[in-house]
Parts: sequence; C-alpha cells; structure tokens
Amino acid sequence: MNNVLVYCEMEDGAVADVSLELLTKGRSLANELNCGLEALVIGSELNGVENEVFSYGADIVHVADDKRLDPYSTLPHAKIAEDLFRGQKPVIGLFGATSAGRDLAPRVASVLKCGLTADCTALEIGDHVDNKTGKEYKNLLYQIRPAFGGNILATIINPETRPQLATVREGVMKKEKVTGNHKGEVKKIDAGKLLSDHDLIVKLIERHVEPRKVNITNSSIIVSGGYGVGSKENFKLLFDLAEVLGGEVAGSRAAVDSGFVEHERQVGQTGVTVRPKLYIACGISGQIQHRAGMDQSAMIISINDDPNAPINRIADYSIIGDLNDVIPKMIKYYKKNSK
Amino acid sequence: MTKFNIIVLAKQVPDTRNVGKDAMKADGTVNRSALPAIFNPEDLNALEQALRLKDKYPGSSVTLLTMGPGRAAEVIREALYRGVDKGSLLTDRKFAGSDTLATSYVLSMAIKKLEPYDIVIAGRQAIDGDTAQVGPQVAEKLNVPQVTYAEEIISLEQESVKIKRRLERGVETVVSPLPAVITVHSSAPPCRPRNAKLLMKYKHSRSVSELQDLSEDYLQLHRDRPYLKIEEWGASSISADEEKLGLSGSPTKVKKIESVVFKAKESKQLSSSDEDIDSLVKELIDKHTIG
Ligand SMILES: Cc1cc2nc3c(=O)[nH]c(=O)nc-3n(C[C@H](O)[C@H](O)[C@H](O)COP(=O)(O)OP(=O)(O)OC[C@H]3O[C@@H](n4cnc5c(N)ncnc54)[C@H](O)[C@@H]3O)c2cc1C
Ligand SMILES: Cc1cc2nc3c(=O)[nH]c(=O)nc-3n(C[C@H](O)[C@H](O)[C@H](O)COP(=O)(O)OP(=O)(O)OC[C@H]3O[C@@H](n4cnc5c(N)ncnc54)[C@H](O)[C@@H]3O)c2cc1C
Repeated sequence: MNNVLVYCEMEDGAVADVSLELLTKGRSLANELNCGLEALVIGSELNGVENEVFSYGADIVHVADDKRLDPYSTLPHAKIAEDLFRGQKPVIGLFGATSAGRDLAPRVASVLKCGLTADCTALEIGDHVDNKTGKEYKNLLYQIRPAFGGNILATIINPETRPQLATVREGVMKKEKVTGNHKGEVKKIDAGKLLSDHDLIVKLIERHVEPRKVNITNSSIIVSGGYGVGSKENFKLLFDLAEVLGGEVAGSRAAVDSGFVEHERQVGQTGVTVRPKLYIACGISGQIQHRAGMDQSAMIISINDDPNAPINRIADYSIIGDLNDVIPKMIKYYKKNSK
Repeated sequence: MTKFNIIVLAKQVPDTRNVGKDAMKADGTVNRSALPAIFNPEDLNALEQALRLKDKYPGSSVTLLTMGPGRAAEVIREALYRGVDKGSLLTDRKFAGSDTLATSYVLSMAIKKLEPYDIVIAGRQAIDGDTAQVGPQVAEKLNVPQVTYAEEIISLEQESVKIKRRLERGVETVVSPLPAVITVHSSAPPCRPRNAKLLMKYKHSRSVSELQDLSEDYLQLHRDRPYLKIEEWGASSISADEEKLGLSGSPTKVKKIESVVFKAKESKQLSSSDEDIDSLVKELIDKHTIG
C-alpha cells in the first residue's frame, strides 16, 4: 500500500530495458520515501518473469498472464492497470515513454483523474509550499521534463492527487541490479475475471515488429555522425572507427532523416539517451535536442570544421577540421599507439 | 452512400522548431510572442486524414475543434481553406492553465455537444506541451476506444474503422468499432494546401470576438453569409463543470521553468594535424578511455 509502482513492459520475451531502468529508479525513490516497490507485468507466458523483476529491487510483482494480453493492446492493459492502481493505491506510478507506455499511461491517468507528466528526464523527491494558500506539501515527486521542443526544463508536481504518474524514455535512467539475493512476493492477477468483451473490441489484424538490431545505450564508446558526414556511404568511416575502438555507431536526427543511418541509432530528445565513457560527435552541430541525449557522456570529442559549432562548447576536446581527414588519422594513430 | 460525422482536434502552437535567441527571455522563460503561432504540425496530418474520408464518402461532414485564446480562430480559418465544413473555438478564461486532463475534459464536452459523431481525429502530439496525452485522455472521457499513431486510415465502414499504426520498430493494423478517437503520426501524408476557391469563400470568416472590432460593412457581410461566422464556445455552452476546468481541474502544477543553458566546459581545441591527433589518441589510451 502507498508504494511506488512500475508498469513493466515485455519485449521479445523479457522485461524491456526501460522498465528495468524504472525499477532501479523506483527502488531509490522507495528507499527515500521509506516504502516498498511494486511491479506490474501484463502479458502472456510470463513464467519466471518475477526473478528478473526481483533482481532489480521489486518487493511485490503483480502478474497478469493471459494469451489475450499479448501483444499490447490499450483497453485490456488499461483495465488491469486501473484495477491494480485502485486496489494498491500507490503514491507514484512509472511507465516507459514507449509506443505502449505513452498510449496506456494517459488513459489510466484520465480514468483515475490524476496528473501525468510526460517524458521526464529526472525524478526527485522534494517539498513544496503553495504560494497562495501557504499550504505545505512533504515528499512530492518532482517530475522534471523538457518542453517547448527541448528549449526549457519544467519541474512539475501533483500536490493534491495520487498516484503521481510519470513516463520516462529509455536510456534516461540507469539500470542497476540490487546487491544480494533480493526476493519478493508474486501476486497473480486473475485476468479472466477482470476482462469483459468490451475490453477486447479492438482487434489486431496484422503486426510486423522487427526485433531490436542495435542497442547503442549499452555501448561504452559511441561514434556518432551528423548531417556533416554527407552520405550513407561516408558513414562507413564511422563504422570503421567504431570497430577499431570497440564501440557502436549513432547519429543525429538530421543524419537519420537523410537516410544515412537507421532510426534505432538516433541520439537525442526524440531518440535515445546515452551516457557512454566516450562520445565522438562527427559533423554534428550540437543543437539542444541532440545534446539532451548525450550531454551526460563522461567524455565528449567533437570533430567539426566550424570552430563556432555549439557542440564544441560541451566537448572536452574539439578537433577543428574535416572529418574525412580526421577520422582516418584517428584510426591510423590508434592502431599505431595501441600496440 | 454512407456518410460520417468527423471531428478534428487541432491546436495552435508556438513554432518551437526554430527557436532563435530572441525567443528566450532573460529570466529563462519563453517569449511566446517572438515565436510565430502555427497549426500544430501533426494536426495537419490529422486534418488530411479527415479530408480524405470526406472525399471518399461525399456528404460526410468535418468539424474542427480548437481550444485556445481568441487568436486561435486562425486555426479554424486555415482548416476552412482546406475543406472542413465548420469549426468552433473553445475559448474562456476559465480554460486557462489547463493541463492535459482539463484540456481533454473540455474537448470531450465539446465533442458531446456535437453528438452523434463517428470518429474523432487528433494529432499524436503538440510541439509545445509535447505530451501526446490529450488524444488518449479524450478517448477515455468519451468512453470509446483509442487508436494512436495512425499512419493511414485504411477503410471506414458504418460501424468500424481499419487503421495502420506506426510503432517504434514496426507497424500494426487494427480494426476498432466506431465511434473511436484516432491520433495521427507525422509519418502520415502531409496536408493538402489551401484551396483557392475556399480561400476566397472563407477569407472574411471571423469569430464573434473578432467581429467586435470590425466595421459595419463586415457585420453586414456576415449577416448575408452566416457561414462566415466562427462560433465561440465557453464553459457554459459545453455544460462544463467548472471544478474540472483550468487550474482547479489540473492535477499537475508547474513548479519551476528554466531555460536549458549551456554548461560550457573548458574545452581543448585541437587541429586536424597529425601531431594533434597522435597526441590525443595517446592521451585517451593512457587514461584508459579507449583501448
Ligand atoms: C522537437 C524536436 C526534436 C528533435 N529531436 C532530435 C533528436 O532526438 N536528435 C537530434 O539529433 N536532433 C533532434 N532534433 C533536430 C535538431 O534540432 C537538429 O536539427 C539536428 O540535431 C541537427 O543535426 P546535425 O547536427 O547532424 O546537422 P547540422 O545542424 O546540419 O550540422 C552539421 C554539422 O556538420 C559540420 N560539418 C559539415 N561538414 C563537415 C565536415 N566535412 N567535417 C566536419 N564537420 C562538418 C557543420 O559545421 C555542422 O556543424 C529535434 C528537433 C526538434 C524541433
Ligand atoms: C512547459 C510545459 C510542460 C507541460 N507538461 C505537462 C505535463 O507533463 N502533463 C500535463 O498534463 N500537462 C502538461 N502541460 C500542459 C499541456 O501542455 C496543456 O494541457 C495542453 O493544453 C495540452 O497538452 P499538449 O500540448 O501536450 O498536447 P498533446 O497531448 O501533445 O496533443 C495531442 C493532440 O491533442 C489535440 N489537442 C491538444 N491540445 C488541444 C487544444 N488546445 N485544442 C484542440 N486540440 C488539442 C491535438 O490534436 C494534438 O495534436 C505542460 C505545459 C507546459 C507549457
């Protein structure tokens, strides 16, 4: 009761990374609030899912396992989530800002008549005093999110309503298993009893979803290219550098929109957020929406022929020059020096 | 021939895609007046889907709803120039400060006023608030199914609609009974341009408040051509419960707004010379950043 609750999404038979990241965040919020962490998993053939969820710190996992619940569909998932939120009365509810999470969370918030903050980049616990009434609120969830196309950061609170709901994009929070052999309790949800015909009126006709091919969020070195790379062919330079360094290739939205690299590799506000040990930005100007996805990198190197490119201001090293000249040299000297 | 009652939801937004330096005030807030007000981009994709349905099922009607200040009447005019039949501007001081829950309440009450309707088409997301929450919340308030991220409305029948949806790594096709709320993704076809004839027909269309400042000639024109009038609906015209509007109906409160500032680092500038690259690579290897 009055715990933190995370809606866990399933992807290719396992709990999605974004949900594990939210469990990690949920665990630390729960510790701060001195309450428990609960997880909700909805899907089909979920045997054993609890072990993964427990290792990320959940104390209770609610499992709704029914073949009609996979793949994700709004109404049946919303019914089960609504019922659980009403029963458990969590103080905080977290959802991944994925296709499914951004479809589900607003529907659930609307039926519960409570606030929902989209695409949070930070979640903190803090107090608040209402300027008008002087009323004090303790331990609210500060939901920090970019808006206005990434140009502002807003801190949003829900003083009066519970649960406080938020969605978070993949890669924004760190995922970390808890130490020791954390075990919790499994509570089965009887989906058959909850679902009525009315929840199943939207029918799936066809579905083509590609399995995830690349996952740049897990890479400790990222070689990222922008519009300045010029072509899909020229991106080979970046793949070569990534290969010798043992990293992955990413891109800016301009590079993705121009067809130089796949969308799965896009870094930024509307792509993924990464925090590698080293981020090499090649031919990327460094607009605010791009920086939002990479400025937490431990080290940033920019390669840009424009000394005034904004990326240089957040880079640890800026190499002013033509990437077609610089990248081959980096490969050459890496090979020479690493021996 | 089957006819449908189609409702489009569109928002007027500041153009946040091209934010120049003058758009940020010294205190870190956004200077909205420095940004042009535009038709939210994905709402144009939504409008196109509605107009295609009207082309396919002649006799269908398309009504546009927008909630906003008086100047949002511009969104309705733009839609009239492209082929919608009519539009209403939801405007009232009591609506100010609405979050997505209060906004979807107002929109759902306005939709109920237009009953019976078959399909509500919204954009996926507005580029200022950036939440993509309003569509699903309107659907919940109307107690109808939602189909988000539509790329194409494949077919519409008396009682159902077939839709192709764009997901993160793929597509899916679903059939939903009507009425339903659809949100349209930017990968759907772009909106048709203004139609020259419709532009002539509707260029003098004005909302009730806009008319107040205009000359007697204009008023006469509006008496002769009643279709030029853009209706304005306030809280009472949609029978809204005041508790659910504006700030009091909004569970989320903005505690603080900051502009995103550069945390400029002390950056080392290097040239592309062999010496510079060689020494950088050596340094990275020594620090175990690479290798
Ligand atoms: C709501 C919204 C969301 C967005 N989300 C994202 C997002 O998630 N990710 C993202 O990346 N963008 C996003 N954008 C777009 C963003 O604003 C920029 O348009 C985009 O990041 C620019 O990409 P770029 O730096 O590759 O291209 P450009 O800005 O065109 O920069 C190209 C750079 O390459 C340099 N260059 C050219 N030739 C060479 C050469 N031969 N050698 C070296 N340097 C060279 C140029 O000097 C320039 O700095 C978003 C925008 C909006 C409005
Ligand atoms: C900085 C900032 C942050 C905010 N963060 C949040 C938040 O996290 N949670 C929250 O609940 N509210 C938030 N709001 C308030 C929110 O922006 C407003 O409630 C807004 O009215 C609707 O939200 P949206 O712009 O995100 O629309 P979206 O939900 O992105 O819009 C989706 C679609 O709904 C339709 N639609 C939306 N608004 C209207 C309208 N006024 N008239 C007609 N159709 C419309 C359009 O078809 C649109 O494409 C925030 C506002 C600001 C300024």
